[in-house]
Amino acid sequence: MLQSFKLAIKAILSNKIRSALTMLGIIIGVAAVIILVSIVSGYMGQMVEQFEEMGVNKITIFCRNMNTRHIDDDDMYKFWDEHPTWIDSLSPTVTLSSAIAKSGSDNLDSTTITGVSEDYLDIMKYKVEEGRNLVYADVAGRSSVCVIGSYVANTFYGSAEKAYEDTIKINGKPFTIVGVIETQDEDNFEEGGTDDFIWIPYTVATKMNRNGFINNFVMNSTDTLYTEEITEALEEKLSNVFKNDRLYNVMANSSIIKQLNQSIGTLTAMLAGIAGISLLVAGIGVMNIMLVSVTERTREIGIRKALGARQGVIMQQFVIEAAVTSTIGGVFGIAIGAFATKSIGAVMDIKANPTVWAVLLSFGVSVAIGLIFGYLPAKNAARLNPIDALRVD
Amino acid sequence: MSDPLIDIRNEYKIYIMGNEQVYANDNINLKIDRGEFVSIVGKSGSGKSTLMNIIGALDKPTSGKYFLNGRDTSTMSDDELADIRNKTIGFIFQQYNLLPKLTLLENVELPLLYAGIKVKERRIKALESLSKVGLKEKYNQYPNQLSGGQQQRVSIARALAGSPSLLLADEPTGALDSKTSGDVLNFLKKLHSEGNTIVMITHDNAIALEAKRVVRIHDGKIIFDGDTESYATEFQISH
Repeated sequence: MLQSFKLAIKAILSNKIRSALTMLGIIIGVAAVIILVSIVSGYMGQMVEQFEEMGVNKITIFCRNMNTRHIDDDDMYKFWDEHPTWIDSLSPTVTLSSAIAKSGSDNLDSTTITGVSEDYLDIMKYKVEEGRNLVYADVAGRSSVCVIGSYVANTFYGSAEKAYEDTIKINGKPFTIVGVIETQDEDNFEEGGTDDFIWIPYTVATKMNRNGFINNFVMNSTDTLYTEEITEALEEKLSNVFKNDRLYNVMANSSIIKQLNQSIGTLTAMLAGIAGISLLVAGIGVMNIMLVSVTERTREIGIRKALGARQGVIMQQFVIEAAVTSTIGGVFGIAIGAFATKSIGAVMDIKANPTVWAVLLSFGVSVAIGLIFGYLPAKNAARLNPIDALRVD
Repeated sequence: MSDPLIDIRNEYKIYIMGNEQVYANDNINLKIDRGEFVSIVGKSGSGKSTLMNIIGALDKPTSGKYFLNGRDTSTMSDDELADIRNKTIGFIFQQYNLLPKLTLLENVELPLLYAGIKVKERRIKALESLSKVGLKEKYNQYPNQLSGGQQQRVSIARALAGSPSLLLADEPTGALDSKTSGDVLNFLKKLHSEGNTIVMITHDNAIALEAKRVVRIHDGKIIFDGDTESYATEFQISH
């Protein structure tokens, strides 16, 4: 066995260019598997992370209320009362669609105006920079107060401090700015961006909207363990009200992440499969070279057989040679693949790390290729008739 | 131990060439005892190489029996033949058939390796064998660093390494000049005098006469089997 390894290495070294070209196939195949799998899972992993930042506990409810069938804030708060252990926080979100906000004489055209409860800040995981958040009293008392995003404060008032306790007019009605939220996204600090918003108590917002319905709710579960139960209970409740599942939708972030993870798995497997084809081609290359090697060494095989080498010994020699060739190729492929993954990841700004399973898989596959594609040539060699083999020059 | 070392009975080797059957060996009967030095001589195409392959357990007869050391090889499998070649026969080839990428020591070790002998013992035996042919100091060199005569001596060392019952030499001087040929033949004689059984295949009557007994093959049949002197007389060759 050890002898076979020595012989294999000797044989590989004695034909350096040919061995290198054969290995190149394996190297490319293995590197391709590692790069594709690692980049994709790195990229998708980042998407998952983004969802997680938005809050794994977050569950959003959309409905299309009508006069005959609708739900309101009382229904949702009642649902919370029924399941106090599941739910951590809840806020209706009422979008003021056709409202006109004015700061002095400036129009805030792009600013999103949303009616929310005092829990909204926690659900969004935002923090107050100046002043305070909305409180229950604002909601219950339908106070004309608002909390604004830092883009609004900076653009129209100069700074958070200056904006504080100033006023904004919404549909002609003055709202006192009681708080300014910290900047959330420096990269998106622009008109219509993440920080271009105004929050007012949802009770005020529903009055300002003509129909007075609350179409959206957002809540945080206490634990993602309850996601499915909450989703089911909500869907049951909404189904009882609306009788038509096209009129409502419950979306849990954790379910989305779960689905996303499943898609990542499928996509990665698919890409690994495609890259695997190049490994297959490389395997055929190994077989080709081994067949040539056997033909070239017919005389050697004849001598060995004449001197008493059994079929198994000859076979082992060639299978090991093929396996060693492809294993060396595999090791180089892993090194190059890992290096390329890091470099590409750095260029694309993705946290791409060669995944352990991609490395193990491609290494295993490259060894297996050597064994499988070395088998046929080795068998040919083992079965050579020593007389015919000795006759070859 | 009255059994002959080689006992070939009614051996035929028939090849099919198109629609024709070619009798390469046509009812061969041959016994060779331990300690003999026999030449098998014949022209090219006479069937002597076929007979050598049978004797060397490289091939099986189409019909008939071949007992080597009392064991019937005609029904053996490929691996069994490999084992019996390994343990009983030392081959000396015309083209030496050394492996160019192995050192002399490694070349001589080969039959021992296939016999499953451990590294240390292998090394000792191979060196012993190399010293018998006077090439011990060159053990770490490669075959292409040696002259033809030296290479043939290495191949003899390899044949001797496993202490086989039979040395089978196929045109051992075919690739050598007359002086080196003489050296090799003298060495074979010396081995014979030490008790080794030697069968030498050749097309050259003068070389055949170096043995003690001559078997002449013609058209697949044995047409002469006797001692060297009567062979020389019968075929009018100057000894």
